[in-house]
Amino acid sequence: MTKLAQWLWGLALLGSAWAALNVGALGLELPAPCRDVLWPLPAYLLVAAGCYALGTVGYRVATFHDCEDAARELQNQIQEARADLSRRGLRF
Amino acid sequence: MTLIHIATNVLITFAIIITGGGMAEVKRGAIKSRFNYEIIIIDDGCPEGTRDVAEQLEKIYRSDKILLRPREKKLGTGTAYIHGMKHATGNYIIIMDADLSHHPKFIPEFIRKQKEGNFDIVSGTHYKGNGGVYGWDLKRRIISRGANFITQILLRPGASDLTGSFRLYKKEVLQKLIEKCVSKGYVFQMEMIVRARQLNYTIGEVPISFVDRVYGESKLGGNKIVSFLKGLLTLFATK
Repeated sequence: MTKLAQWLWGLALLGSAWAALNVGALGLELPAPCRDVLWPLPAYLLVAAGCYALGTVGYRVATFHDCEDAARELQNQIQEARADLSRRGLRF
Repeated sequence: MTLIHIATNVLITFAIIITGGGMAEVKRGAIKSRFNYEIIIIDDGCPEGTRDVAEQLEKIYRSDKILLRPREKKLGTGTAYIHGMKHATGNYIIIMDADLSHHPKFIPEFIRKQKEGNFDIVSGTHYKGNGGVYGWDLKRRIISRGANFITQILLRPGASDLTGSFRLYKKEVLQKLIEKCVSKGYVFQMEMIVRARQLNYTIGEVPISFVDRVYGESKLGGNKIVSFLKGLLTLFATK
């Protein structure tokens, strides 16, 4: 099953469960406070997901490791390599 | 695009496939390692200077160590790998960029990691552990992390870095994957991992440092972002 299909299945399942509970289709009458929360739940979840996404990406950008040493080391090695190769006859 | 193939002794051979400039320094770095090897260079209609350097290296390091196999024109990554593998006598193949954004010092780490878990693929990641980048501004980092986040959510690939091209493959794994992958460019790299997951290959990871812009400017234009998204959505919808 493709990832898209998995997502669609998941959403369909959750969506129908949510709709069913809202409409009281299975003869399950939830108390009023529950239904008050249930009704806007998808919107809440969407906003929460958005915040999570922003937070995670923000955190990861902030902790994106910066390899200054690697860069410096590389520059030194390039010089070394060029010197060595010139000695062996390489013309750049 | 240039391919360099490095093979070690008879028991285990490693092929290193490299694209881009900076070839001379990379080869020298690899040559100083412990492994016996042979290097096959496949030149894809690269600019004059590159071919010239390759030929000189062939003379300097003896032609049983370096072999030059030119191609007529730029024909794409997948076919370049296939062409390289035809000349390869190796059991393992390592791909990397030759513009020195990938450092050969990580090659022993890849090999060690592969032995550790007998992984089918070992992928270099700059998102985990000691991995990181140098030479990227804030905008580039945000885009990179953002794109990776979306990729992880949509594809759940089991690997932290999909677009990287510093990897080690078992030879038969690489052959199998290339047959099945149809994308181009770095979406090709993404597709390889996704396909590998599907075929239940094991993937290990090694943190690498990616030093950008040593040779040439590497810009992330709007075009690349669009094609990335298209590639991502294609993989999402078809795999």
